[in-house]
Amino acid sequence: MSSLQKEKIQAAFQERIDYDELLNCMRCGFCLPSCPTYIQSGYKESQSPRGRIALMKAVVDGVMEPDADFEQTLNECLGCRACEPVCPAGVNYGHLLEEARDILNQHKKHSLPVKVLRSSFFKHLFPNQKRMQKMTALLGVYQKSGLQTVARKTGVMKLFPESLRTMERILPKTPTLKTMQNKSPFYSTLSERKKVVGFFTGCLMDTMFNETNQATIHLLQKAGCHVVIPEVQNCCGALHGHAGEKELAIQLAKKNIMAFENEEVDYIITNAGGCGAFLHDYGHLLKKEPFWAERAEEFARKIKDITAVLVELDFHKLDLQLPQQVVTYQDSCHLRNVQRTFEEPRKLLKAIKGVTYEEMPDAERCCGSAGIYNLVHSELSMKHLDYKMERVQETQATTIVTTNPGCLLQMKLGIEREGLSERMRAVHIVDLLVEAVGVPGTPRNMSKKN
Amino acid sequence: MLEQSVINKLIEIVGESNVETSTTERVSYSYDATPNFQALPDAILAPQSTEEIANIIKLCNEEKIPIVPRGSGTNLSAGTTPLAGGIVILFKHMNRILEIDEENLTATVQPGVITLDLCNAVEEKGLLYPPDPSSMKISTIGGNINENSGGLRGLKYGVTRDYVLGLEVVLPNGDIIRTGGKLAKDVAGYDLTRLLVGSEGTLGIITEAILKLVPLPETKKTMLATYQSMDDAAMTVSAIISQKMTPTTLEFMDQPTIEVIEAYAKIGLPTDAKAVLLIEQDGMVEVVDRDIKRITEICKAHHAVTVEVAKDEMEAEQLRSARRAALSTIARLKPTTILEDATVPRSQIAPMVKAINEIAEKYSLKICTFGHAGDGNLHPTVPTDARDREEMDRVEKAFEEIFQKAVELGGTITGEHGVGAMKAPYLEMKLGKEGIEAMRAIKQSLDPNNIMNPLKMFAKDTRKRVVL
Repeated sequence: MSSLQKEKIQAAFQERIDYDELLNCMRCGFCLPSCPTYIQSGYKESQSPRGRIALMKAVVDGVMEPDADFEQTLNECLGCRACEPVCPAGVNYGHLLEEARDILNQHKKHSLPVKVLRSSFFKHLFPNQKRMQKMTALLGVYQKSGLQTVARKTGVMKLFPESLRTMERILPKTPTLKTMQNKSPFYSTLSERKKVVGFFTGCLMDTMFNETNQATIHLLQKAGCHVVIPEVQNCCGALHGHAGEKELAIQLAKKNIMAFENEEVDYIITNAGGCGAFLHDYGHLLKKEPFWAERAEEFARKIKDITAVLVELDFHKLDLQLPQQVVTYQDSCHLRNVQRTFEEPRKLLKAIKGVTYEEMPDAERCCGSAGIYNLVHSELSMKHLDYKMERVQETQATTIVTTNPGCLLQMKLGIEREGLSERMRAVHIVDLLVEAVGVPGTPRNMSKKN
Repeated sequence: MLEQSVINKLIEIVGESNVETSTTERVSYSYDATPNFQALPDAILAPQSTEEIANIIKLCNEEKIPIVPRGSGTNLSAGTTPLAGGIVILFKHMNRILEIDEENLTATVQPGVITLDLCNAVEEKGLLYPPDPSSMKISTIGGNINENSGGLRGLKYGVTRDYVLGLEVVLPNGDIIRTGGKLAKDVAGYDLTRLLVGSEGTLGIITEAILKLVPLPETKKTMLATYQSMDDAAMTVSAIISQKMTPTTLEFMDQPTIEVIEAYAKIGLPTDAKAVLLIEQDGMVEVVDRDIKRITEICKAHHAVTVEVAKDEMEAEQLRSARRAALSTIARLKPTTILEDATVPRSQIAPMVKAINEIAEKYSLKICTFGHAGDGNLHPTVPTDARDREEMDRVEKAFEEIFQKAVELGGTITGEHGVGAMKAPYLEMKLGKEGIEAMRAIKQSLDPNNIMNPLKMFAKDTRKRVVL
């Protein structure tokens, strides 16, 4: 980093970082035991929330320059926000981190390939649902045409980092283009009408995890909801926000707000903890735009996770049954720490007959998936995953349940890495509940293997 | 800055991966939980053994490099802020519980053990390590010993000092000594153990400790009494003690404190009450039941508006953890939070609380007061903003008056947080010139080069605050 660049970054920190929020941290250290990177690093203060806030403040105060070490420690934060619920002073660490990363990214000179990759992912792929569908369909072609087999046999896959290689193996069987495009804007309830809800379908969930979205709609119908699905909605922008592309995230947020604000719905339902949390934070994201701030708040207030609405509508009191199995739950960090939803998924799982629920030690600790963390910080991510898989095995569970696609893939990765795929599976809670409630075409007495 | 040759020698002692000198790391160890104190160390070391520490000290003594031992940096007197630069020593590799001796009722631990981990480990064996500072989830035993930390159970069980039986210490000249032992009685020589407990890292580095344990009480009950006047609450405290009962915990919170805790924890605290007492008793079932019943009567006799006994452990834990979070919760009110721990004989609680309120009014400040009423240990806390120089000036004056009043009432300037850099200027108020000289004589004979945690405990000039 040149000294001119450092000066520019420092100036941007002084201009943009909320100094009151920095001062709110009174360094009591209550966050330390909750921070996965602090623990994983062998208790390094610079890898803790208290340390990272002190470093940001030191840059603003001019105590230090924003050097490479500084950037690294901010980048190595998982952004799991486990520090927030335990912070008695109520510091919004996630907001500070996002702003800091956005500044660093804006001043970063990416190499050409990285630039192209970032641009195609963030600007052209994720914000465009049609392209997401085509991309997913292409993946389907790769999986079905025999190309996958060829790639594996020729050893081409060995050129990729280990986590990516394994990831290639555990990606779900993708839906066809036709399935993905076959959507209806409205589904009426299958029982007595209790609520009208909007369904935020998401980008990945609506393509690669299309089946989970179908299951979500079905559960909502069963629980007594009319389900409205505005067609023009798009990616929530979480990936952008977390990767320092705030401006793009703002554009996506505005589109989503417009898509939902004219619908008369009680809640806007999500089935991905990470997306839900980002939508939940739209008020903060748009707080500086007078025309949008209030609309964003209104939108954010309606956000509810699928598990929360199901419990509210007494879904867990229905007749839910599965073959005998031990089940454990891995919290989605953002569902727990930002949306503060953690009792509901457990309540639902415990309500299923045949399920022995075993709480995992440190279930609330991040699995290391963390958006694209497991791709960009592969080695660190695998350390978090190793710890997680040890805890999973202590529970003797055969089914690991998650509430977010990133966590789901990471848990599948963990199972594959540990060679446990013969006796363990990872599922999204929605897919398990659909099995349990018994849906035509999904015989509930036949446990699915992934 | 340290010369490269010195850094090389340090690397030789502890290994390259245990020496940090980058700006990022130096900034990360430039503070503790005390507002407005910050100074960068030159290097951070994480030794793995007593021998390594002895070698570090010898080198630093030769080179006259300051050393600050640091646990988790949760102290509130700037005791672990490296104000003179030098080396910060971490105990993250020395964090093992070496032994729990069920015959002698002792635990032998390394300094880096987290307080709560020790509490949990001994409770599994039906034993209790009583000192429970509010930061116990994070704080280390080494830090607790150096600061002589108190806690919520202090009234009945005492403070850290009462549970340290023996120490292994590296002195500033590099000598390794062992004091005390697994002994109920020991009068061999000066009581160096007691001298070192609470010495704030100014006399040497503690590398191992033998701690006293007690049998885990059979049961525990928690109750909450609310009052419409602060005086009534204070009178209740005096009445309980004078009726020959010693509750485990007798905590006090005033209205501003209750309001902020309720806003954070949402456990149904009555925000309209002027004062709340959190009372706990532990012991044998019959004794606890009897005491809780008698205490309830005393509360009512002193005009308590409500008296409630927690139904189960979950409810009780909610009340306790809400109290533990008091300080950081007050931090929500304003960007800067200044907390003191003036302490008076417990019979003087009511006059002290009254004085604090008058002082708050005189200087137009919001002061939240909570604390260990049974110990006479109050935490007047001011939510403020360090950027507001004019208000900070009033805060400083107010605290000076609070300290004066406490000493006048036969109390002290600090009950459990320590002197550090923050209260060094006021120490003479409590000890007098001669008292300070006696302390200085001890310091100079053990640490003639003043390498151990300099600028702490001994102020350059008295009364004036260092930074505020």
